[in-house]
Amino acid sequence: MAHEVVLLDFWPSMFGMRVRVALAEKGIKYEYKEEDLRNKSPLLLKMNPIHKKIPVLIHNGKPVSESLIIVQYIDEVWNDKSPLLPSDPHQRAHARFWADFIEQKVYDTAKKIWATKGEEQEAAKKEFIETFKILEGELGEKPFFGGETFGFVDIALITFYSWFYTYETFGNFSIEAECPKIIAWAKRCMQKESVANSLPDQKKIYEFTVWMKKYFGMD
Amino acid sequence: MAEEVLVFGAWGSPFSRRVEMALKLKGIEYKYIEEDLTNKSPSLLKYNPVHKKIPVLVHNGKPVAESLVILEYIDETWKDHPILPKDPYERANARFWAKFIDEKCLSAIFKACWGACWGEEKEHEKAEIEHEKAVKEVSELLQFLENELKEKRYFGGETVGLLDIAANTIGYWLGVFEEASGVELLTREKFPKLCNWANEFVCVTAIKENLPPRDKLIAYFRNRFGAGNASK
Repeated sequence: MAHEVVLLDFWPSMFGMRVRVALAEKGIKYEYKEEDLRNKSPLLLKMNPIHKKIPVLIHNGKPVSESLIIVQYIDEVWNDKSPLLPSDPHQRAHARFWADFIEQKVYDTAKKIWATKGEEQEAAKKEFIETFKILEGELGEKPFFGGETFGFVDIALITFYSWFYTYETFGNFSIEAECPKIIAWAKRCMQKESVANSLPDQKKIYEFTVWMKKYFGMD
Repeated sequence: MAEEVLVFGAWGSPFSRRVEMALKLKGIEYKYIEEDLTNKSPSLLKYNPVHKKIPVLVHNGKPVAESLVILEYIDETWKDHPILPKDPYERANARFWAKFIDEKCLSAIFKACWGACWGEEKEHEKAEIEHEKAVKEVSELLQFLENELKEKRYFGGETVGLLDIAANTIGYWLGVFEEASGVELLTREKFPKLCNWANEFVCVTAIKENLPPRDKLIAYFRNRFGAGNASK
């Protein structure tokens, strides 16, 4: 029986990118549907009536929402290759903890770097760097957060890398100067086809953000 | 080999109670350590240096933090009385609603009960509108949960599952917040299924034995957040 897999997504979304990476890691064929978030499709509203957000994975007609929940779902259904989570319960808990840390700490702070100015922006930059320094500590000398292999936590974090040029340009700082190990890790991840093919070009994200700020009168 | 299970918690916290409920359901013995959150122990800071929060489960010396992460760890480690279904879609569904409860419901409920958003500086009228908005939001969120329950006895189906445990904030703490603040949110007319579920939930032995005393909890929240903003 052919599995029908559809992904409702929005190309600059770092949450949607996570699902793209997971699907690519598992070699799953799927239909990608681009959503216009200013004009959400009836399909999106039907498949995610609670949050009305992307990404939504539709598998054989049944929707799964929330990017990290989708990634776990993908790992559990297509469990014959490329495990994204370790098999040991304590290591799994460790991975879930750090993915949750990323969920709690990165997005809102990062958004403030390009969306605000002055004191608010400076505070956001400081918090961003603190967060990534903690992540650097967790990475340690490992090639990936998952250890020897790319996994769940790497997927949760790497998609923000496509936004780094945007953060650095608006925030006028260098992430590499502050967190060189994170950049080294990111470049290592980008050598994987599943990642390189799933993340948009950093300059494109920057252009998109410039446009978005104008469009929403955020300048 | 003797197993050592420690739980660092706080008596009034729904999050640390979740961990105890899951352990009790599975018949796992553990040692409970009450934390004074105004004076955190060196052990807590050692086991959860990142967030410095309770609950923390320590199993044979290895810590696990964040209540929902702990619940999944408990389910994967002790296989009796599973709290997550086997089917990946059903598991994703349970995770989705647990996240919904934690990310959306609790803050909305607090806002409605104690106006986390409005302060004394706002004029009375503005405060009223904010309050009405907050109550409406809670109503919408509870409606989603009411619909999700459908005809099931528990969110987990025939037996209490991860989502029921995660919904302890709705099943017990919400009633406490309502009484402490005087704001009515979970009414029987609007949410008959959710009310029935809450009644069933608090009767389950593993749950009942892990509910903090109601009066003590009401007094605690009244003390901490004031008498509430029901009607002025």
